[in-house]
Amino acid sequence: MAEDRVDRDPFDDVEAERDLDRDHGPEGVVLTGTLFQPGAPPPRRRRVRRTPLSYLFRFIAIAYLFFLVAWPISLVVKNTFSDGFTELSDLWNDPDAMAAIRLTVFVAVVAVVVNTVFGVGMALLLVRYDFPGKRLLSALVDLPLSVSPIVVGLALVLVYGGRDGWFGPWLEDQGVQVIFAWPGIVLATVFVAMPLVVRELVPVLEEIGIEQETAARSLGANAWQTFRRITFPSIKWAVLYGVVLSLARSLGEFGAVKVVSGNVLGKTRTATLMVEEKYLNFDKGGAYATSFLLVLVAVSAIVIVGLIRPKETRR
Amino acid sequence: MSIEIRGVSKRFGDFVALEDINVSIPTGQLTALLGPSGGGKSTLLRIIAGLEEADAGTIEIEGVDATHVSPQKRNVGFVFQHYAAFKHLSVRRNVAFGLEIRKRPKAEIKERVQELLELVHLEQFGDRLPSQLSGGQRQRMALARALAVNPGVLLLDEPFGALDAQVRKELRDWLRRLHDEVPVTTVFVTHDQEEALEVADEIVVISQGRVEQVGTPDDLYDRPANDFVMRFLGPVTALGGDLVRPHDLELGLTPGPGSHPGTITRITRVGFEIRVEVDVAGSTVLVTMNRTDFRQLDLDVGAPVHVRLVPGAPVVPAAGPVGDADPIPA
Repeated sequence: MAEDRVDRDPFDDVEAERDLDRDHGPEGVVLTGTLFQPGAPPPRRRRVRRTPLSYLFRFIAIAYLFFLVAWPISLVVKNTFSDGFTELSDLWNDPDAMAAIRLTVFVAVVAVVVNTVFGVGMALLLVRYDFPGKRLLSALVDLPLSVSPIVVGLALVLVYGGRDGWFGPWLEDQGVQVIFAWPGIVLATVFVAMPLVVRELVPVLEEIGIEQETAARSLGANAWQTFRRITFPSIKWAVLYGVVLSLARSLGEFGAVKVVSGNVLGKTRTATLMVEEKYLNFDKGGAYATSFLLVLVAVSAIVIVGLIRPKETRR
Repeated sequence: MSIEIRGVSKRFGDFVALEDINVSIPTGQLTALLGPSGGGKSTLLRIIAGLEEADAGTIEIEGVDATHVSPQKRNVGFVFQHYAAFKHLSVRRNVAFGLEIRKRPKAEIKERVQELLELVHLEQFGDRLPSQLSGGQRQRMALARALAVNPGVLLLDEPFGALDAQVRKELRDWLRRLHDEVPVTTVFVTHDQEEALEVADEIVVISQGRVEQVGTPDDLYDRPANDFVMRFLGPVTALGGDLVRPHDLELGLTPGPGSHPGTITRITRVGFEIRVEVDVAGSTVLVTMNRTDFRQLDLDVGAPVHVRLVPGAPVVPAAGPVGDADPIPA
């Protein structure tokens, strides 16, 4: 259990606090040469029980992930490179494809920024304040995870649709087109990725408690100084993790975007829509190549986070 | 008077945490807010610090009405029971925090932090993270951090509550000596009567949201205002409808003025102390004495004795039943 949490939760240093003899990690090692380092702490031994049953469980877990995740995705990669780099270079030379990828990246970045700011604020609100309707609000934040994206798309059209939406015609009179234009795509993407940052932050904020923040206030820090100097450093890894999840989710959104974008070639067609289009038009190579790019971005984001995070957390 | 608390009340829903509290806390002294858990003493401390707002009443700190001043403007140092260390900052940066917020020049901060680290004996630990310190060291760091900004008032909320008995005893001796060195007006909350009696110049006993008594440790021990204070400060026993301290009772073999005849029912030895239970008119009276006195009397279970109160010992009319003469658990 504890092992899992250390891997999962970057701020799990409550135990480290209680048990000073525990592995000090890289920083503790640096200190070994200085004064007062209590004799090298015994390295934490990881107990691995080797029984036939544990091998069986391990096998099932690996097989499950292999057939469900690793193999299918590796096939996408394999198909992308079946003709060497031709599919990728075709994509590179296709202005419509590049426009779609640019649009996807633009939308994802905007959605991530919006969701990060909103997510941090919302998580602070949900954890640090008590008000009537808090549980309802918390449930609303989770709603985008449970509602099908295509329903989200339809709902957005009902509100912002230019012809007979609830709010859309007025916006259109002001010269703002939402549905069948990029603002609609951004809205849909923000909507579906909304809970990810909030849900990463809420448990971390609950765990760190308010004592440090209260101490900062009593030492003269105002709300912003307290957030920047005390709260944020404690939650930054959770924020980053939330950002990566949001980014991956935003890049890959399909259903909601399909409804609101109008799928106009070179204008409102995103990368995921292009994958579908190419696949249906028997341009399987192009579809694989685009998919490969989407996978590449998502995987590298997760790998980068995985690489930089442990150094900071194992104190 | 450094802190004037007038008519302060606080409720949490239906629970009355504090009711019409009026206390003056003297300048430059070490004052203890003593009382059982849940009695409102921490709430009062948090109201003084501005971390909690009173429903009614006013708080004056060093002659300035602070009732509606936010905590960061009260110039109050606060030390928390669980240290509230900034985990991502080194000990040095923790101590420097308040000075950095006040945008003091770097050189001045460095000098002041070094001075404080020496004061709390953490000068070799400046570059460590709080997680690499022991509980007692962390609490000393928290104290240095609170002192860094030269607070007008230092408030400590059960500062030694999370530490084990040995460290706790060391730290409270140290706090006393530190206060003699740096005589900032200090208020600390504790539920440990021994801690309060040992460390404080002045004690405010608070229970169920009310002030029971204010006085020096000697006042409280020798002249308890009521049943509650008497019981809270140490073991008590009842003799003839009065509460008395077991060590203020004497046993004699012959009757004397004001003595009560009885029979010894039990004798227990706990270290240097002998506890003698005497049946006086059907109720058990506890008498404690040292070994020398006990040997001189040469007593045994079943022996007839006469119990007498030492002249001048504090007596309070008993307001309720006295149990097995144990102190009220802190």
